[in-house]
Amino acid sequence: MSQNGTAVSLRGVTKAYGAGTSRVQALRGVDLDVRLGELLMLVGPSGCGKTTLISVVAAILDHDEGEIVVFDRDLKSMSPGEKTRFRGANIGFVFQAYNLIPTITVTENVAIPLLILGSRRADALARAGEVLGTVGLGDKLEALPAALSGGQQQRVAIARALVNNPRLIVCDEPTSALDHDTGRLVMEVLRKNALSEDRALIIVTHDNRIFNFADRIARMDDGRIILVEPQVATS
Amino acid sequence: MYRIALKMLMGDRGKYLGLIMGLTFAALLITQQSSIFTGLMTRTYSFINDLSQPDIWVMDPKVQFIDDVKPLQDTELIRVRGITGVEWAVPLYKGLLKARLADGNFQIVNLLGLDDATLIGGPPVMVEGSLSDLRRQDAIIVNDVGAATRLAKKPTEPGGKPTPLAVGDVLEINDRRAVVVGICRVSRTFQSQPVIYTTYNRATTFAPRERKLLSFVLVKAADGVDPKGLAGRIARGTGLAAYTAQEFKDLTFDYYMKSTGIPINFGIAVMLGFLIGTAIAGQTFYNFTLENLRYFGTLKAMGTTNAVLLRMIVLQALVVGALGYGLGIGAAALFGYLMRGTELSFRLVPEILVLAGGAIAVIVTLSALLSIRKVMKLEPAIVFKM
Repeated sequence: MSQNGTAVSLRGVTKAYGAGTSRVQALRGVDLDVRLGELLMLVGPSGCGKTTLISVVAAILDHDEGEIVVFDRDLKSMSPGEKTRFRGANIGFVFQAYNLIPTITVTENVAIPLLILGSRRADALARAGEVLGTVGLGDKLEALPAALSGGQQQRVAIARALVNNPRLIVCDEPTSALDHDTGRLVMEVLRKNALSEDRALIIVTHDNRIFNFADRIARMDDGRIILVEPQVATS
Repeated sequence: MYRIALKMLMGDRGKYLGLIMGLTFAALLITQQSSIFTGLMTRTYSFINDLSQPDIWVMDPKVQFIDDVKPLQDTELIRVRGITGVEWAVPLYKGLLKARLADGNFQIVNLLGLDDATLIGGPPVMVEGSLSDLRRQDAIIVNDVGAATRLAKKPTEPGGKPTPLAVGDVLEINDRRAVVVGICRVSRTFQSQPVIYTTYNRATTFAPRERKLLSFVLVKAADGVDPKGLAGRIARGTGLAAYTAQEFKDLTFDYYMKSTGIPINFGIAVMLGFLIGTAIAGQTFYNFTLENLRYFGTLKAMGTTNAVLLRMIVLQALVVGALGYGLGIGAAALFGYLMRGTELSFRLVPEILVLAGGAIAVIVTLSALLSIRKVMKLEPAIVFKM
């Protein structure tokens, strides 16, 4: 656990795509702290750099300049192999389109992070079953993803993000493909099961219906954080 | 993770079956065409195989293969017998002659004239009658396939079956009477003509008048004499060509390989199987990977190393490769089994299985390499954009 209660710290982070005349500056010196135990939402217009920001924080994209420290580890100093291991052990992902492998069962999908870390298959499946129970899908263990509704699939994705107890969970538009009631249900499941004192959540969203689930909201525009405001959470 | 890799592969039924079908087709075509080629090439020297008694074949130096007969003078037989180390040497006549059937039709036959005294060089299997029956007047022995097909008597009624030539039936060969005294079984030859055995002297009466009629001299080396060394001495002593049986087979095989279009024709068919297999399997496997790129990216984001992803793809390629190979060679073997006893030459030897296996391994390796390259270069950050 971080010594000062900060899960993620960004200072002067920049990232550009392309070169020459086609160069696009996605991040223009981002400063941001994400605290342990909080749910931070990143909001802003399309193309403002939200997805790039969570990608560099989640160590799946290299930043150009500045400093990113995640749980006291400076991402710049890590080799690609170290970053891969770091992600496997510390970061959970929830995607807009769920990204569940369609040809394997819900339980097997949830067990994947544990299998990546080297758990025995039987242990991984047992733990996956437990976590699916906590998100209300204990009766769907052997179902294929296609047999589930969108909301259920997103709950499976949340279970997959939680199964190995990562300390940071990054979510990209987790409710944008869901109707209002289902979106709220998914956020309730996420807050209830994912938030803890030693974990942080970063959610990128356009969906202002779920802003009240955030502890803080960081507004982005043109590659910068322009405002960080507190928000009363409903839990 | 490997079980997940297999479920990813097999869960997409359409592509999975498409991959296996592509590889099966390639393995089938490569194995089947190679086996027919091998069978055909084996037929080129099947007559030499059937004559197991002589160690050495002596012939005109210009002879290029077994059916390329360039007659010798009969006196050459005496000269060969005079070489030290020769246990026995006998004459053999071999020629293509016209036989007139009972219904008046003509058929080209492969006539073999055996030494009158010893009948050395006779058919390997007698189905009816015995080889010594050749000593009877005007006697010939006919091979069973020839007797049942090209030499068979036409049906007496429309739509009826032809009657196979039988012992006691009479043919005319070059206007001379020939009586069937036996039916034999021989290996199928390249030219597929009916094979007729008779004695050497009778064969020379069937053959058109020529100054030289001796086709080959068959030689047995004395005990303890190296046939290869003896062949060299015969060649030096007579000025003729003398080959061991294996050397003569190689000479015949090499002639057909180098001087006919057979290897090229079959080579093209085999290459076509390889290319079609590569195209179908490569494209299907690559499409499979492209469609699963989101999931490979997700696995990568969640911490799966490139090495594990590489092994997952290799496992997928190995499974479809093994299944396609197994089904392909199985289908080829079944084809060969069903075609047994027909005119089609089919010889499936272990070397062909290795060749087909190697070709399928190359196909799946090429297919997998395309996919591996795509996945290795995949940025995990892509998962937020898909």
